[in-house]
Amino acid sequence: MSIAIHAQSISKSYSDDHRALDEVNLSVNLGEVLVVMGPSGSGKSTLIRTFNGLESIDEGRLEVVGIQLDSNQDERQIKRIRRRVGMVFQQFNLFPHLSILDNITLAPIRVKKMQKKDAELRAMSLLSQMGIADQAMKRPAQLSGGQQQRVAIARALAMDPEVMLFDEPTSALDPERVKEVLDAMRTLASAGMTMVVVTHELGFAREVADRVLFMDAGKVVELSDAKTFFSHAKEERSRRFLNQMTN
Amino acid sequence: MNRSKRWWWQVIIVIGLLTVMGILINNLAVNLIRTGLGLSFDWLWRPAGFALSEHPLPYQSSDSTAWALLMGWLNSLRVIFAGIVLATLLGVSTGAARRSLNPLLRQIAALYVGFIRQIPLLLQLLFWYFVAFLGLPSEPFAPLGAVIHLSNQGISLLGVTLSVEFAAVLLGLSVFTGASIAEVVRGGLDSVPRGQWEAFRSLGMTEGLGLRRIVLPQALPAILPALSSQYLNLAKNSTLAIAVGYADLYAVSDTTITQTGRAIEGFLLLLLSFLLLNLLINGGMQLLNRAVLRSQHHH
Repeated sequence: MSIAIHAQSISKSYSDDHRALDEVNLSVNLGEVLVVMGPSGSGKSTLIRTFNGLESIDEGRLEVVGIQLDSNQDERQIKRIRRRVGMVFQQFNLFPHLSILDNITLAPIRVKKMQKKDAELRAMSLLSQMGIADQAMKRPAQLSGGQQQRVAIARALAMDPEVMLFDEPTSALDPERVKEVLDAMRTLASAGMTMVVVTHELGFAREVADRVLFMDAGKVVELSDAKTFFSHAKEERSRRFLNQMTN
Repeated sequence: MNRSKRWWWQVIIVIGLLTVMGILINNLAVNLIRTGLGLSFDWLWRPAGFALSEHPLPYQSSDSTAWALLMGWLNSLRVIFAGIVLATLLGVSTGAARRSLNPLLRQIAALYVGFIRQIPLLLQLLFWYFVAFLGLPSEPFAPLGAVIHLSNQGISLLGVTLSVEFAAVLLGLSVFTGASIAEVVRGGLDSVPRGQWEAFRSLGMTEGLGLRRIVLPQALPAILPALSSQYLNLAKNSTLAIAVGYADLYAVSDTTITQTGRAIEGFLLLLLSFLLLNLLINGGMQLLNRAVLRSQHHH
């Protein structure tokens, strides 16, 4: 089985007394969906952001799609990773001054040197997959949160990534808009995309995740396959968290 | 403060302003009567009687004083607009450098801004003139091949010859204002949410591309108003050109006033010229501002 992401005892501190990541070890297999859970401040966002170099690591080694990263942030390596790893943010982070179409085509045209026409065709087909092809000429502010997040997913997919990172993709959405985004992610997972998803959506995790990583205080508490995690989690701390989430 | 108190303050301020204006106008009238001169602009059409080291259009000392003043105005315009272009280039690249990923670049930019803003502009102009340019050898030398020829007689850039005075004022104003513009640009970049930087970076874009296409366009509404006030500062500061003998509007007016004794009229013309100039700059910036806002809100 090929490995998409491999983290070897990576650590990170924001200040002397606070370790955001504390000797984290994990592997993500190609084609796998890994859901990362944990209370707020547990380091799950920091972890996922180290995978494409948005956060640096202080110690340890990281290998993402075969490219090595360590504590000295090599910008060239990071850029190579970012071209092959897509990311979706909690706050969507669409470019507000560009049309939906330009949001999606800018990077393929300028970074991958795609022809404008090809990039636009690809963008339109991605928007159709997301069910929002009719929004292509609008600005982000004219779309609902759920639509914006689907554009953000399309924007990341337009670079043909090998891995997709999702950092709490539904946390900023109105409850009635969550499903449309999760549906898009389900489709992506069933198409075999390698995904790392930080989320609090238990239903999604139960249904789509292959494995669940549970973190607390910067440490990996438990890394189990999804069935085990939700039926009889190994660690007391995980069980307590699941209890709180379901009640 | 309650409403009626505020109302009283306004009345007091208005009365105070009227009093000051009254005193000034009275002084003017009294002086005009005392000297028996009256307001007159006849002298404008008499020969200027002095030479100008630099004039964008043909000029000799037998031409009218008005023509001499126009040459001064054109000289001012020349150095101000070249200065605005150069200061903008310097300021934008320095402001961007302060948010660069390269620590050396960040440090150089911070050093430039910190250093230049501590030193009075007049000293900087004198430095550029006496040390940097008059310190050049009298025989031209070409450090960059045919691109630029330097000597203490003047600078030849791609065949265009600039006087040492012009070059000193241009560089002095641009380097000084560029440092302030860099701060304006840095503030503008910081006003763009972090998520925008993270989004373009996570798509594999370079810093330069992200800056040009994503961050700067969103920073413009925050940058433009402060930028236009920097341009106005540069225009007003250009009057310091007299210190290095550049024949700008202020220097020519000063000579005219000395020769004709027409201080009041001379200053009135000077004030009006600068008003016109700054209205020009302001108007241009407002057009730009509106165009930017429109482009960001259309559809």
